[in-house]
Amino acid sequence: MKCKKCGSKASVNMRQHRLALCKEHYLEWVPEQTARFIKKYEMFTHHEKILVAVSGGKDSLGLWDILVRLGYQADGLYLGLGIDEGINYSHESQRLAQKYADEHQLKLHVVDIEKEYGQPIPVLADKSHRGYGKPCAVCGLAKRHEMNRVARDLGYDVLATGHNLDDEAAVLFGNTLAWASEFLLRQGPVLPSSDGLARKVKPLCRFYEREMTAYCLLRGIEYIYEECPFADGSQSIYYKELLNQLETTRPGAKLTFYLRFLEARKTGELFIEKNVEQAHLHPCPKCGQPTSTDDLCSFCRMIEKVNAVT
Amino acid sequence: MTVKLVLRDKEYEVKPGMTLLDSLKKINVLSESVIATREGEMILDDEILRDGDLVKLIAVISGGSR
Repeated sequence: MKCKKCGSKASVNMRQHRLALCKEHYLEWVPEQTARFIKKYEMFTHHEKILVAVSGGKDSLGLWDILVRLGYQADGLYLGLGIDEGINYSHESQRLAQKYADEHQLKLHVVDIEKEYGQPIPVLADKSHRGYGKPCAVCGLAKRHEMNRVARDLGYDVLATGHNLDDEAAVLFGNTLAWASEFLLRQGPVLPSSDGLARKVKPLCRFYEREMTAYCLLRGIEYIYEECPFADGSQSIYYKELLNQLETTRPGAKLTFYLRFLEARKTGELFIEKNVEQAHLHPCPKCGQPTSTDDLCSFCRMIEKVNAVT
Repeated sequence: MTVKLVLRDKEYEVKPGMTLLDSLKKINVLSESVIATREGEMILDDEILRDGDLVKLIAVISGGSR
């Protein structure tokens, strides 16, 4: 297969775009496309300060690399989750995030959940009895809480995450199966800022997971290859596998699924928009972040519960 | 001689002369879910695998609380 731009041997073939590219042209194409998505969805400008949530994985390190190459002011945030499970998972992912930052002279903020809240994620999950024996729900809750807190405390204009199209399509698939309209209404490349919530953006939301892997491999970015030990058997992975089966026989199915959803959401074809979120949000009396509950937010409630049994 | 494909800690063997795509079908691995490298270079679905080739398959799916 030949590169569409120069005719040399292609390294990446994107069947959904009917586009094959060599290494050189692929490494140009990915940042160009990212810049296009940032502009299209009005994510941020070159004058704004961006905080990139960096996990040490391919998507977040790839995102950080692309934003810096595009000339954005992008610092990193690494959250130490305290996941070990015999493979030193958090330690290794932090090492790789720090390595990337050091090699490119970039600023990486590090927040250690255990130091901040007394327990690592698996213990918080265990003691709070959330998540049916798996720490993923508590992990997601803590990450959202801490990313927002740090972005606001340190004065960043926007929080960028490395969610790719497979992530978005899997969430969309799950929410569609459940017709979870309140979640469907909130999904998109940009979550605007509101009282207490930093603007959140997903500049990679139109790249397949495969494309981000290819980007890191071709760019020589070392990322954590091992999967989080708790992700084994997760629903998101199962949905991604199902969608990849569909993609194999119908190239472009994942992209169409997501883009048609965004279009339908924007034009109001599917739902009558309600401002569900803002109508019921008020500040948590403990941390001040917006919550829909009457008292403490879910995160502070979880921490209190853990402290009560410790 | 055969072609060896390695995905994480699993090893598979297929006959030489097949394309990468056919080899992946043979071992029930979705082409969409992996990137294949041979001698450090990425190879595409139409690549013919030769006798003695060692193909490293890199899983692209990650999950959990994203």
